[in-house]
Amino acid sequence: MNVSEYKGVFVFAERRDGAVQKVAYELLGMGRGIADALGEPLAAVLLGSGLKDSEAAELIAFGADEVILVDHPDLGVYMTEPYTKAVVKAIAERKPGVVFFGATTIGRDLAPRVSARVKTGLTADCTALAVEDGTRNLLMTRPAFGGNIMATIVCPEHRPQMSTVRPGVMRKLERDGARKGRVSRLAVEIEAKDRNVEILEVVSEKVARKNIEDSTVLVSGGRGLGSPENFRKLDLVADELGGLVSASRAVVDLGWVGQDRQVGQTGKTVRPDLYIACGISGMIQHIAGMEDSGFIVAVNKNSGAPIFEYADLGIVTDVNRLVPALAEELKAAKAER
Amino acid sequence: MNIVVCVKQVPDTTEVKIDPATGTLVREGIPSIINPDDKSGLEAALELKDQVGAKVTVLSMGPPQAELALREALAMGADEAVLLSDRAFGGADTWATSTTLAAALRKLDWDLVVCGRQAIDGDTAQVGPQIAEHLGIPHVSYVSELKVEGEAVVVKRAFEDGYQRIRAKFPCLVTALKDMNKPRYMSVGGVFDAYRKTIPVWGLADLDVDPANIGLKGSPTRVKSSYTKGTKSAGKVYEVDPKEGARIIVERLKEKFII
Amino acid sequence: MDFQADKEHRLLQEMYRDFAETEVKPLAKEVDERELFPVETVRKMARYGFMGIPFPKEYGGSGGDNLAYIMAVEALSKVCGTTGVVLSAHSSLCAAPIYEFGTEEQKRKYLVPLAKGEKLGAFGLTEPNAGTDASGQQTTAEPKEGFYLLNGSKLFITNAGYADLYIVFAMTDRTKGTRGISAFIVEKGMKGFSIGKKEEKMGIRGSSTCELVFENVEVPAANLLGKEGGGFGIAMKTLDGGRIGIAAQALGLAQGAIDETVAYVKERKQFGKALAQFQNTQFQLADMQARTDAARLLVYRAAASKDAKLPYAVEAATAKLFASETAMEVTTKAVQLHGGYGYTREYPVERMMRDAKITEIYEGTSEVQRMVISAAMLK
Repeated sequence: MNVSEYKGVFVFAERRDGAVQKVAYELLGMGRGIADALGEPLAAVLLGSGLKDSEAAELIAFGADEVILVDHPDLGVYMTEPYTKAVVKAIAERKPGVVFFGATTIGRDLAPRVSARVKTGLTADCTALAVEDGTRNLLMTRPAFGGNIMATIVCPEHRPQMSTVRPGVMRKLERDGARKGRVSRLAVEIEAKDRNVEILEVVSEKVARKNIEDSTVLVSGGRGLGSPENFRKLDLVADELGGLVSASRAVVDLGWVGQDRQVGQTGKTVRPDLYIACGISGMIQHIAGMEDSGFIVAVNKNSGAPIFEYADLGIVTDVNRLVPALAEELKAAKAER
Repeated sequence: MNIVVCVKQVPDTTEVKIDPATGTLVREGIPSIINPDDKSGLEAALELKDQVGAKVTVLSMGPPQAELALREALAMGADEAVLLSDRAFGGADTWATSTTLAAALRKLDWDLVVCGRQAIDGDTAQVGPQIAEHLGIPHVSYVSELKVEGEAVVVKRAFEDGYQRIRAKFPCLVTALKDMNKPRYMSVGGVFDAYRKTIPVWGLADLDVDPANIGLKGSPTRVKSSYTKGTKSAGKVYEVDPKEGARIIVERLKEKFII
Repeated sequence: MDFQADKEHRLLQEMYRDFAETEVKPLAKEVDERELFPVETVRKMARYGFMGIPFPKEYGGSGGDNLAYIMAVEALSKVCGTTGVVLSAHSSLCAAPIYEFGTEEQKRKYLVPLAKGEKLGAFGLTEPNAGTDASGQQTTAEPKEGFYLLNGSKLFITNAGYADLYIVFAMTDRTKGTRGISAFIVEKGMKGFSIGKKEEKMGIRGSSTCELVFENVEVPAANLLGKEGGGFGIAMKTLDGGRIGIAAQALGLAQGAIDETVAYVKERKQFGKALAQFQNTQFQLADMQARTDAARLLVYRAAASKDAKLPYAVEAATAKLFASETAMEVTTKAVQLHGGYGYTREYPVERMMRDAKITEIYEGTSEVQRMVISAAMLK
């Protein structure tokens, strides 16, 4: 493998149910930076069936210099082997130095298979990517050890360098309809033996997670909210974050919410990635139930509330006015991605 | 029916703490466990053993103390266990790890290989699919339900917003999700039986594998540097108006990749 | 002399701990407050082989040893005193005497389902007028053609009502004093056998403690355990083993109380610092742990002696005496270190203190244990 033969940055543009996924645009936004640092072109690889020119045009508008379309009836619904074959062919013909995939359930299935077939390295769930001065190798930074450590990985002697990146981590560029780029088509042979598993049915469903112990985000309310109506407003924030509402014992005793939502000594012990405590003073029985949460935000009008000793971020303010403001800010942040 | 379950012994990363004085990971005293996704894969295999009499072998690549994870698997009901352990295997990335495991699997008799989707220390989710590639067999990842029908598995393969029901003929590999079941405990009798069994240890000499493809030297990727994310002390408290407070929160959440 | 548990026992302790934390601990408060017998837990315990740990596989057991068994009682008691005694009474007081004194037919018929956990066991010796002085049995078993006619009552029987099999002691010959007592295997559902009054207790409130009433119960001759007149000996030997179980229960309660207290004193702050930073707290905890460690060694020694087929009666009495008094002392201090909160049911230590008290009384009071130990010393 001659490293210097490999040039260019590829982004696997994930497409499902006929629509290119948001993560593809995010990867192009990040890939643009890498391509520019390397002085090499950025191409999006789009697999599917019945691909439209407008889909390619969108990818160019969001930063791709080229879109490689691989259009085949067997690529309409994701199946590992046909997709692997197609991506491997694109890599074999075009020899990119870097290939990015979204760390989605498809990306994390496809990328390892591709990397093993191409005999190169793959780095998963990267949160930061850069080009190293001198070597021009990709520096791939990712969390490890359950998120307790950040590691920077390199793949110096194998090509292409491959990474997966989680949706929502990178930012897409501003759409530029005037951007120019070229569209090429890559033919791939998919035989019956490549369809080596049988898809019996495809079902869409929303996964409802109602157990506070399973939720990665909890928005928790205490007596400081003042009323059940104010407590219900926490749903606005929880929905924006894809989390659940939990509660202190005090408000459960007051009947504002069911006991299954209670966090604390006589309730449940939780350790979500994010715990937002609203109007909770931080009595020891409550702390015992949530102190191992990844990131704790506390909002309380009383600066002396003990919860501030356990929070990573504390806001002393009128919690009932902060909650709707927070929901608005979260909505705005989502929109700008 | 023969099933091989690949398991990894991992530190319980939910118990890991940062030393406030040095800012480094405190690794002593952290219990070692069977990786949760792997344990659920093992449970699924044991359920097949209960239902159709499958033979379940567990395979693990690790240092000598990984033997304890294999004893636990035997005590849960697995029939046999094999430990892959050799200094030469150390420092491996997922390519080298999957190459080593595939070489071991070529020595065993199986219809189905079960792996966990990802390990809680590496978090890559790469080894399972890569093993399948080395063995030249189909794989299905993100499996949330596993049944056997004739000479094939029928699984539920989870996506972000739904699932596919997929049929894969033997030989094939699946990667299991810990949500798919609640693994059984070891049984009392199982523990005593587990220690009556011999667990063979296979090293480099026992495998038909090119040494250039294993261990640190055989790894295309390597760690250039690492750092801990910082200690957790009482954070900053801001006395501000509600709108400013909301803004600060969102900014910090963005910084931490929580949103 | 090896003070370290070996590999099998260490792995078992991990399993016991996981099981206790996940399956038993979440129910402990409700079991206590609502006096609920942990039926579902017992079913789960049976599934994993808890109910027949020291019995051979050929009799439905797990093929383990007494050390493995009492470690299970300890681990369960750490989170729930009730669940610990359910296992201890079943295994030491009902399954064990059948294993040790039963005929092959009795073992096949009764030990196998007990060891598998298909049936639950109990032990009926205590009567209204026969507690510490167990020799004053007034329940009678009149020998008849092919059966014994059982009349009388028993008091304070653990697992009563939920148990399927009861080892019951009765007078077959009033003229012979303690040599006239015999042991019987009595089955739930035998005509004339009923469960009487249920006790309202200070602690182990989920444990079902009731009166047994026998009115002309016809117990088949095949259900005589051991020889006619050998019952008292069987009772005393059985209690020797049972003592190790109760010692393990006390040990678990003590350690559970310490663990809860350590977590609490790290959190609770007064006068600007955590309670754990005050030397009084530190010294109290050190004393509590040292005593509990000592109890642990005594309990394990007694179990190991039994496993080695060495005499173990004095070791068992010593373990039970020391562990139960330690449990009472440690749990009381645990409540004290929790301060006001420790007196509320929001924290488990007050329940552990209430549970600990009985360990100084049943299966031989501390006074009886002292009699056993000193008799051995002074003979």
